[in-house]
Amino acid sequence: MMNRKKKIVIIGGGLAGLALAMKFCERNGEVTVVSYQSLKRSHSVCAQGGINAAIDAKNEGDSPEKHFYDTIKGGDFLAHQPLVRDMCFQAPAIIHLMDRMGVAFNRTGEGHLDFRRFGGTLYNRTAFAGATTGQQLVYALDEQVRRNIHDGNATALEWHEYLGAVLDSDGICRGAVIHDLKTDEIYTLPADAVVLATGGPGQVYGRSTNSVVNTGAAATTAYLQGAKYANGEFIQIHPTAIPGQDKLRLMSESARGEGGRVWVPRKADDRRDPKKIPENERFYFLEEKYPLFKNLVPRDVASREIYDIVYNQKMGVDGDPMVYLDLTHKSREFLDNRLGGIMDIYTKFTGVDPRDHPMKIFPAVHYSMGGLWTDYGPDQNGLIDHGSPRNQMTSITGLFAAGEADYQYHGANRLGAISLLSCIYTGLMLARGIMNYTDSLEKSVDDIPSTVFDDARNHWKARFKEIKKMNGRENPYQLHQELGEVMLANVLIVRDNKSLEKATDEINDIETRFKDVKCVDTSDWANPSPSFINQLFCMIHLSKIITKGALLRDEFRGSHYKPDFDLTQPKDFDPHEYIEYLEQKQYGDIAEDKFPAGHLDYMKRFEENNIKWLKTTVAQFKDNQPDITYDEVDTSLITPRPRKYD
Amino acid sequence: MRRRTAASKGRHQKKRRDLAASGEVIHKTMTDKKITFKIKRQDKPGSPSYWQNFQVAYKPFANIISCLMEIQRNPTTKAGKTVAPVTWDCNCLEEVCGSCTMVINGKVRQACTALVDNLEQPIALEPMTKFPVVRDLQVNRTRMFENLKKVKAWIDIDGSHDIGEGAIMPDSDRAKRYVMSECMTCGCCLEACPQFSLNNSFMGAATFNQVRLFNLHPAGSMNKEERLDAVMGEGGITDCGNAQVCVEVCPKNIPLTESIADIGRQTSWQFIKNLLVK
Repeated sequence: MMNRKKKIVIIGGGLAGLALAMKFCERNGEVTVVSYQSLKRSHSVCAQGGINAAIDAKNEGDSPEKHFYDTIKGGDFLAHQPLVRDMCFQAPAIIHLMDRMGVAFNRTGEGHLDFRRFGGTLYNRTAFAGATTGQQLVYALDEQVRRNIHDGNATALEWHEYLGAVLDSDGICRGAVIHDLKTDEIYTLPADAVVLATGGPGQVYGRSTNSVVNTGAAATTAYLQGAKYANGEFIQIHPTAIPGQDKLRLMSESARGEGGRVWVPRKADDRRDPKKIPENERFYFLEEKYPLFKNLVPRDVASREIYDIVYNQKMGVDGDPMVYLDLTHKSREFLDNRLGGIMDIYTKFTGVDPRDHPMKIFPAVHYSMGGLWTDYGPDQNGLIDHGSPRNQMTSITGLFAAGEADYQYHGANRLGAISLLSCIYTGLMLARGIMNYTDSLEKSVDDIPSTVFDDARNHWKARFKEIKKMNGRENPYQLHQELGEVMLANVLIVRDNKSLEKATDEINDIETRFKDVKCVDTSDWANPSPSFINQLFCMIHLSKIITKGALLRDEFRGSHYKPDFDLTQPKDFDPHEYIEYLEQKQYGDIAEDKFPAGHLDYMKRFEENNIKWLKTTVAQFKDNQPDITYDEVDTSLITPRPRKYD
Repeated sequence: MRRRTAASKGRHQKKRRDLAASGEVIHKTMTDKKITFKIKRQDKPGSPSYWQNFQVAYKPFANIISCLMEIQRNPTTKAGKTVAPVTWDCNCLEEVCGSCTMVINGKVRQACTALVDNLEQPIALEPMTKFPVVRDLQVNRTRMFENLKKVKAWIDIDGSHDIGEGAIMPDSDRAKRYVMSECMTCGCCLEACPQFSLNNSFMGAATFNQVRLFNLHPAGSMNKEERLDAVMGEGGITDCGNAQVCVEVCPKNIPLTESIADIGRQTSWQFIKNLLVK
């Protein structure tokens, strides 16, 4: 046992990083949180609609078990089930904790937590603080971490950037290489463990709903250092966002949870004022096609339908790729109280008040279900051992990942209001495992020769010196914009192998042009350009992971839609038929004539496809390319079956 | 020689229809109009500041951030001189992170919600004046975060383990707290405040608002007196000159003057109580 406190370095000051920092301090550990900016400004603040927990406050018969089922089904069965189940069972305690920390959750008449509906479920399961729930949760955790900083348990290194892990001769992570974004100094932070809570990679697409810092660079660096990256091709396209030159701003799913309706005029190119179009001349396409879930189908489904309406049916509003998201039937008071945050964003950025006029929206890149491959420790019952050192560990020993940066919780499609939960859950859950991991090590970081740290530091110093010397003809910011355009044009909602091959070529071309980049600023004080060039290098590699994963995966699952491999579910199909089919098969006698025409064929196709593709994509860096293999998914608790929402 | 292959040619061709996510609407309506900027720059703390002019192509829905990004892609002044790109702080680009505060045409505000269509040109961009400049439009707002520590702007929870539900609270109290809790530590209120300066220790409206926010919470109120004591000394609530400009510039419409008045009342009672107890 060591005679000092266990010390970890957490990269990222969003929900996952802050939750872990708080918990680790509470367990008498020592924490350094590294963040690009001041801690309160992380991307988690952008989350709007809420956070899920099956508290069943409205007596609908909801339960964590149902929450678990909805989440697994929403993710098209690609998530490891024991972990998701554990998260759903922890959710109520997490909400109560956040409430105790002062989060201004909306409340009922009696003063209890209020809940609203979200996509992919039929229950009111989403706790919310207006339409700025992410911001409010970040602030509450930030306050607890600030309290720990005040009490001397934690340190915040703001305006610092993570460059890479310090790996010893056994390949164990012994610390982090850090770059001071003001002084330009590069140094190492020795630690018992390093945790990447660095969020998603939306910047790979140029414009998305993500913040500027979401380049995915830290996770990619880990990949370049040998860590596995999993399910990269599963990128969530959120159905409702508004356009912008700098970013695409999210209009929360809670707008639909609170009764917002998506529609287009029945007659294409009907240019009347939407308020003047009578009810029977409006096409509420989600409500018509999905009478059970209506406007609250999961995001992958809604985005595909909007895409179909706009591009295949050519029914976009005013001929543009836009549909209406309409809340004008709700009172101003109601909207201000429950959706004020997004009402203001829409008004400020478009000049139009959504309380009076239907919003015009279109899908936008929003979230990465994929991320660094991480492990978990099952207990004797096949559930989660919260003390296992394996929890959230990447394939590099001692390097952990949490939050959007890891891949484990959302399968092939994330449901709304569950990223906040998975971030806080992983952050909290991880603390005990890391403590135990530290105890399990034969050699402590204190016994590692200083040359290991010198080498890591010198490597990155040399790398940045090299970047500053780059004096070619390509502007890095321009090249980034072009990379984004390639990804938006080819690796989005509807995918086909021809476009994906084209994207591969175009990314290779961008990679070649990267060598001709000019470092547009060579000063040594508060200079963002060399860092950005390094991030761009990472984004190019990450775009390869996403594109190659998408190219190789010849199926349609969740957000990964390849029409060429759609199994075409019969319209009158009932997912229970599939369970019956499996049962009959198990007893060796399939009653072929009992199933409606075409259903048995479909189920056989579905089963075969799952045997081949119900697998985690694992990318590893090899010969400058992602080398892709596939791992089994733990589906031990719920039998994978066809998804259906109508 | 470098070959211009598919990707580089592609940018001049018509975008694929699913370039989505809104690009198409915008590209269709592009014109030759220009946007001109006058930007106050400073290379490092303490070095002299200087102005540079820039021009970028007009695009509908352009905001200050998208124009600064355009300058990054082509860092050339209006006079044709290649310079280092302008540096600024930003993150969320939808006015919830508080990062991109700057002085735009003389008014302190968030750069992301500053739409070019609503601004007179040339658009003047300056860093905030009440915080030390880091570089160009970036300033150091550490002082604001330090003040949050001074007033213990947090709830002293027993721990993050599962000990059941939080306190029951009327929704009207929640609503009152929610408005205050939207403060993103952007610094607008302090930049506008005549009392707050680079060299004094005045805490300012944002900090007083946090004291009120936490004192209003059932658990937070248990440490009410500590917070009040923290704003009763030098730089505290009595230094407020009641100019009321803070509330006018707050991008989140936080009722800052109400918070100041309320903390004024709370500290008065605390003052009397301290006299009696000590």
